Amino acid sequence: MTTITTAVDTRPRLAPWVPWSILGLSLAAGIGITATAGSLNLLGGTALGVVLYMVAITAVSWVREGERWARDRLASALVVSAFALVMVPLVSLVWMVVSEGMKRFGPQFLYTNMVGVYGESELGGAYHAIVGTLLITGLASLISIPIGIFTAIYLVEYGGGRIARYVTFLVDVMTGIPSIVAGLFAFSLFFTVAGPGYKSGLIGAVALAVLMTPVVVRSVEEMLKLVPNELREAAYALGVPKWLTIVKVVLRTAVAGITTGVMIAIARVIGETAPLLITVGIVANTNFNVFDGRMATLPVFVFRQYAQGGQAASERAWAGALTLILIVMLLNLVARLISRWFAPRGMAH
Amino acid sequence: MAVQIETSQVRDLKPPSNLGNKVFAGLASGAGWAILVTLAAVALFLVLRAAPAFTASEEELSGEGILRGYGFWGYVGPLLFGTVLSSALALVIAVPLSIGIALFISHYAPRRLAQGLGYIVDLLAAIPSVIFGLWGARWLMGVVDPVFAWLSDTLGFLPFFQDYLPPARNIMTASLVLAVMILPIITATIREVFLQTPRLHEEASLALGATRWEMVQQAVLPFARSGIISASMLGLGRALGETMAVLMILSPGFLVNFNLLMPGQHQTIAANIANQFPEAAGLGVNVLIATGLMLFIITFLVNMAARAIIARRAEFSGAN
Repeated sequence: MTTITTAVDTRPRLAPWVPWSILGLSLAAGIGITATAGSLNLLGGTALGVVLYMVAITAVSWVREGERWARDRLASALVVSAFALVMVPLVSLVWMVVSEGMKRFGPQFLYTNMVGVYGESELGGAYHAIVGTLLITGLASLISIPIGIFTAIYLVEYGGGRIARYVTFLVDVMTGIPSIVAGLFAFSLFFTVAGPGYKSGLIGAVALAVLMTPVVVRSVEEMLKLVPNELREAAYALGVPKWLTIVKVVLRTAVAGITTGVMIAIARVIGETAPLLITVGIVANTNFNVFDGRMATLPVFVFRQYAQGGQAASERAWAGALTLILIVMLLNLVARLISRWFAPRGMAH
Repeated sequence: MAVQIETSQVRDLKPPSNLGNKVFAGLASGAGWAILVTLAAVALFLVLRAAPAFTASEEELSGEGILRGYGFWGYVGPLLFGTVLSSALALVIAVPLSIGIALFISHYAPRRLAQGLGYIVDLLAAIPSVIFGLWGARWLMGVVDPVFAWLSDTLGFLPFFQDYLPPARNIMTASLVLAVMILPIITATIREVFLQTPRLHEEASLALGATRWEMVQQAVLPFARSGIISASMLGLGRALGETMAVLMILSPGFLVNFNLLMPGQHQTIAANIANQFPEAAGLGVNVLIATGLMLFIITFLVNMAARAIIARRAEFSGAN
């Protein structure tokens, strides 16, 4: 008679309440240790508590359940805390922007520019910067949205050749161009074409367009690919020419997705700072002419107020950051709502 | 009942005009070409304006204020080092974290929550870089200060951690902010790959009695290896070119060393351009554009390699 020895560990698993109570104890211990060591530091205490938990749960599980389950519990703890850790910058950033930004944010901030604001003056606002940002981003959109949409149409409806493959690849690579290099390109272009003295919002708009076009192409391409081929074939069968099929059937079907993609692309470039810093600069007055003279933009305004230092300037920087984040979030929200409301039936999710 | 068609009527109809088709096809392929031309123009104009920096003599260059007496490569070398160092540090921090977050979203979180959690991470990508810089300078620097002080006190015998000097305007803080900024793109790419793991591999592993972690090790990670590499390279491309966070946090210096906690040691190409460009004149502008050209070439190569890996993976993995 032979006895079979199994390698399977048959010890019982830990009861569900055990890990939770270890977690509670570890967090309490961590916060307690930091509290006794110095001032009460919730963030540091929690971090210490999580580390304590990982050590404790691995040890307990190793003894009671065996090595394999101990590794599994440690891995789970690491994975969950990785996600918890990424919440820290997100929450603290939003909290800082809202709480610090609200100190100065208001009608006065939104409707005045920086003319005649010196030193620790409490006056001054971002009106000129908001105008500049909207004008420059608007001009960049005027350049890159048509090019982006037509490129996507080329890739999806006319593509297939070697050029189309190159374009797809280069669009991907173009999304990775550093924003400051786009700024240098726009500067070099206008330096060569228009001469060294030319300063205008147009230079910044060209830089932003270089950054925005590949994003538009990518998202519109994805949307056009979602349009079912049956729709195109039905149109061809009725004798509709190809270009009318694209305009009336393909684009019409994908319009919600295209709008969403375009708005997310705008939100992406509206916060670009570096290219505008080196091409458009900053001014104190409001400039409505994109084709002549320096302009202020919101991201550069935030940076300059930060770099200037001092209480009043710092508050203006935070209020500018709040304005910028509100604009970006508004664009993102509208984009999501459009895609939810106007998505053709059957493609909604 | 047969439909009667007057054949004479049919013959009278002219074939539909082909003009619309031609114009539209022309517009579409013109836009495609515009992309190629733009990319070529970026390279061309950068080379054009950078050329004087490469052809200038040593004396001309050393007379230029921003070079502080160095030749071109003596000026660019420390900048390249700082750029690579900050990006490498950011990657070392961000990649393990991204793998954890992606695993959490794809395999650990309840399925109903997963998509919402993905959106939350994507939110980080929507925040403008200047706000990350502001946050890093006004919040993160205060938080990491005690940690750095402790590191410097206890592990100060290592060159990495010696002589921490508050405020934390050092390359470590800048890299931390860079890491947060590149997290979303790395996480999103890795998450997509994790979600494509063949369900049968996972179930086979679990059926043999593997724990969840063993299943991840056996089925998910091997499948996703090339995806993780290309995601890291995409993140690297972002980190190399990121300007504002470094500009607003790092106290610049032009040294080549690994003193991660000391201020005034390093500087990156992008932040240096943003810092010097408004005041630069003459040959100085050409030198800065030349450094920008080098940044362009480096990020171009990194991104191209990343995309090539992704494309190869899509062809061979059968996970389309």
